[in-house]
Amino acid sequence: MPVNPELVGREFPPTAPYLVGREKVREFARALHSSDPLHLDPIAARAAGYADVVAPTTFPIVLQDFTLQQLLAQPDSGIVLSRVLHAEQRFQYTRPIVAGDELTAALEVTGIRSMGGGTMVTSEARIRDAAGEHVVTAVSVLVVGEADA
Amino acid sequence: MSTASTPALSALQPGDVVAQRTIELSREMLVRYAGASGDFNPIHYRDDVAAQMGLPGVLAHGMLTMGLAVETVSAWLGPELQIREYGTRFTRPVVVDPVTGASVEIVAKVGAVDVDAGTARIDLTVSYEGRTVLGKAQVQVGARAPRSHG
Repeated sequence: MPVNPELVGREFPPTAPYLVGREKVREFARALHSSDPLHLDPIAARAAGYADVVAPTTFPIVLQDFTLQQLLAQPDSGIVLSRVLHAEQRFQYTRPIVAGDELTAALEVTGIRSMGGGTMVTSEARIRDAAGEHVVTAVSVLVVGEADA
Repeated sequence: MSTASTPALSALQPGDVVAQRTIELSREMLVRYAGASGDFNPIHYRDDVAAQMGLPGVLAHGMLTMGLAVETVSAWLGPELQIREYGTRFTRPVVVDPVTGASVEIVAKVGAVDVDAGTARIDLTVSYEGRTVLGKAQVQVGARAPRSHG
């Protein structure tokens, strides 16, 4: 089954609220060998005017992944995980994520384009805080390979 | 890792290296990133699955490489500059050998500065075995917004 072109414009319901934990932020930062005290040290983060540690720039991938699971679970998507390559990624921030934020992500498939040997699927996960204010949008481009003959 | 001191946008010139480091990637780091991020795709820790998929070996998560790259500049930015946008293309995989790992070199340079707007673009070059693995890895930074949140 090829990628379903009717996915374009499809909007998904927001994911369940995700509470950003201080130790999760620190664990993520350590996995990236970060030395930024804003990620690691709550005292440094507070001294800089934040309520708690600030998440690394790529942290929203955790929420984007929840939305991609929604996409893959669509019975008519035609997207099989084992043929998916991550081709591009972008994060567009209104403000940084801080431990204590309760976030949801809402996915929209914004583009599907066939190309030699595969299909490019572009989607945007719009991440908002508990007040409904925009925090960051995570844009991903996946290339879905064609099924083996 | 080396970083310059606190940046003043007006002092930056395109081409200036603001931070760089070399990361010796190991399988342990891939497993650690899998746990931290929730991405447990087995091509990032199982040789048999990677081989089954026709890959040259176990690969680093593209998002690990992207994250390592931007964290090279994060501490340099300090509390007064914020990252507004960060994007890249994944152009080449990083194969992490079970014994010898993979050595990834990251260099962050000033791409452009707009002093009036209070913004700058930082370009990241990430290479492995002498070839770049991220395409157009660019970070847009700007003066921090008023402290109205968090």
